[in-house]
Amino acid sequence: MAELVFWFVAAITIISAGFVVLNNQLIYSAVALLFTLFGVAGIYVFLWADFIAGIQILVYVGGILVLVIFGIMLTNKIKSVRISHKSMQQGVGGAVALWLFIFLSLALSKAPWAISAAVEPSGTVREIGILLLIDYLLPFEIISLLLLGALIGAAVLSRGDA
Amino acid sequence: MHSLDSYLFISAMLFCLGVFGVMTRRNAIAVLMGVELILNAANINFVAFSKFNGMNLDGHIFGLFVIVLAAAEAAVALAIIINIYNNLNSINVDDAAELRQ
Repeated sequence: MAELVFWFVAAITIISAGFVVLNNQLIYSAVALLFTLFGVAGIYVFLWADFIAGIQILVYVGGILVLVIFGIMLTNKIKSVRISHKSMQQGVGGAVALWLFIFLSLALSKAPWAISAAVEPSGTVREIGILLLIDYLLPFEIISLLLLGALIGAAVLSRGDA
Repeated sequence: MHSLDSYLFISAMLFCLGVFGVMTRRNAIAVLMGVELILNAANINFVAFSKFNGMNLDGHIFGLFVIVLAAAEAAVALAIIINIYNNLNSINVDDAAELRQ
């Protein structure tokens, strides 16, 4: 049963990612991106990463996707229902992407990964909190500064010349 | 349960679709969506290696930082895209080829 659910989630992720890059209408791409992000959150659940899955839904689906849809709405004429856009050189791009995929799958199936087994933890939030505030305190503070910089930068950029 | 290879395989597929999107799309927001796919693929790898390396949570921390960086990147990129649209009335990435005003 879990096997079936896993491949179902993986198929949803990959197929909607295909829609994101192939569909000609921008809004449809954004909606397909929603399903891809939910599918990736499901894969995190299968990887025992409950906290990362929650953050994925909060930040990606609740934040970044809404930003992207705002961006689409602000940079097109709303009155035209059909917000379409062209793709270029799909043949060359497809060939390069396919070559890259074959290369990557050959490499990852041949590589001797050092795997060590683990038991499923009851939750990861506590350990992540301890790691963030002890081992990774400096990167944590730096990334909060970076977020502040991105916040101010985005506000200044989009306000214009005022 | 599933092996490490199946997760890496899914992530490689997502990565190649993202690369394809970045290469073929000409709308700046669609290029941004391709970049998001690539970041998600990398994140799946981080979390998968973390699980199969004896549930070592360092990979989860890396995943969190990637998500935070993606949020900052999306905010700044959309501000730049809206500025380009105001100046050029188009968000085709081939039109934005000049540095001067």
